[in-house]
Amino acid sequence: MPGFWPALGFTLVYLSFFLFLPLAALALRPWEAGLDHVWGVISHPRTVAALKLSFGAAFVAACINAVFGTIVAWVLVRYEFPGRRLLDAFVDLPFALPTAVAGISLAAIYAPNGIIGSLFAPFDIQIAFTPFGVMIALIFVGFPFVVRSIQPVLEDLEVEVEEAAATLGATRLRTILTVVAPAITPALIAGFSLAFARAVGEYGSVIFIAGNLPNVSEIAPLLIVIRLEEFDYAGAAAVGLVMLMVSLLILLVLNVVQTRVASRGRA
Amino acid sequence: MAASRANPARRDPPWIAGGLIGIALLYLAVVLLLPLFTVFFEALRRGVEPFLEGIAEPDAIAAMQLTLLVAAIAVPLNAVFGIAAAWAVTKFEFWGKSALITLIDLPFSISPVISGLVYVLLYGAHGWFGPALDALGIKVIFTVTGIVLATTLVTLPFVARELTPLMQSQGSDEEAAAATLGAGPWRTFFLVTLPNIKWALMYGVLLCTARAMGEFGAVAVVSGHIRGKTATMPLHVEILYNEYSFVAAFAVASLLALFALVTLAVKTFLEAQFADELAAQRTR
Repeated sequence: MPGFWPALGFTLVYLSFFLFLPLAALALRPWEAGLDHVWGVISHPRTVAALKLSFGAAFVAACINAVFGTIVAWVLVRYEFPGRRLLDAFVDLPFALPTAVAGISLAAIYAPNGIIGSLFAPFDIQIAFTPFGVMIALIFVGFPFVVRSIQPVLEDLEVEVEEAAATLGATRLRTILTVVAPAITPALIAGFSLAFARAVGEYGSVIFIAGNLPNVSEIAPLLIVIRLEEFDYAGAAAVGLVMLMVSLLILLVLNVVQTRVASRGRA
Repeated sequence: MAASRANPARRDPPWIAGGLIGIALLYLAVVLLLPLFTVFFEALRRGVEPFLEGIAEPDAIAAMQLTLLVAAIAVPLNAVFGIAAAWAVTKFEFWGKSALITLIDLPFSISPVISGLVYVLLYGAHGWFGPALDALGIKVIFTVTGIVLATTLVTLPFVARELTPLMQSQGSDEEAAAATLGAGPWRTFFLVTLPNIKWALMYGVLLCTARAMGEFGAVAVVSGHIRGKTATMPLHVEILYNEYSFVAAFAVASLLALFALVTLAVKTFLEAQFADELAAQRTR
């Protein structure tokens, strides 16, 4: 087979330029200003609050999408109803719709005078311009991941397994808990991980609805932008590096859990 | 499929089935359809004329041209990269292959803002190479070059990840046969490999283009937001929104939303028509 060295060579040169070199800068530049500066930036209450918000809101949003994503996947695979195919296609909307477009639209909907915001305004509940708003945006961007991870597994699940369970006298609930749930759990974890990873770093859809109040509704990516605007390259890189390391660590753990669950399901 | 849906062992009580369908429909309507509807509603709120003014003003046109230009550079780059990378990892065995596949997917786990930040760290005024390039008269940050770099990094995995599983499953028998019959490497590629992967390639290019045209975070960091010069369509939306020109902001946003709908339609069509040739790549 021809072309090994040209293909691999081009791949590596391309990755070096667009990925390795940039990541090297991210890994090395924080330390230029000294360890004290890095620690000062990372341990600053404003940074800690921003990181907590980004990871916390991403986690809650991914949990909500895990629950409703499973229901949507189930409904799309198992039931027949008018408009099913159209809705199936719309699930991918958050992949196709630019984040800034989603951002200004969500801000308009959940603002105190917006269509949903005005329902809550009389009760003194504000959604937009609070951490709640951040979560709403992250639910939107992470929505397709869980559905798209579970759907193929549900489609491939053989009827015979459920038939056998039913024949053996298992109730429908018991069949679902003992036969269907274990089969889709690894895919659920995979979808959760993707939704979480996407939400942690999300910027465009969040900044319009968040209000961006320091220590309250300011996400970590926005803090990076602010540090850059102050020309604090080392500080910006430090926040970026922490974000990337923590999210890769969480993804690694979720990956291990997913592999464990998958192998137990097979045994 | 229809048969398995109707299987009695899978029949849920009607109130459960109805309830779940209701929950799913409500969730989809609130989370997905309402934001989409709102974009068009807000854009046309004051009628057609302000809408047309919003999309016809010179800065908006400049933003559209810039967005198309950036996509026209970043997408072909990543398409060629995707083909080369998929070729290398599917036709050959080598040390570190699985690590390479993981690395190609890495940009999906990197925040868009970080994808912009890294280029500022390299080519900004205080970047590693910024001052040296500046002395040569080359500016990267706050120019179109920086926007292209950041967009390319964000969209890097799209084509490679569509092609890799497909080419893996196709193997290399057909290419080997062509080589035996005396076809050169390029002839083999264009007459054997390319026809086999064309729909998956198109699918990857479609997703890559959608993301390249809509990218915001990475581009926001490197662009400098110079109206009419370095503002792509999403950045132009932000500028208008921050100026409280809501109708104009939503007008430009509605064009992007329209493009997203076209993307979804083409994507659904490709999935329905060429399911086998896409190697069941349903997960994004």
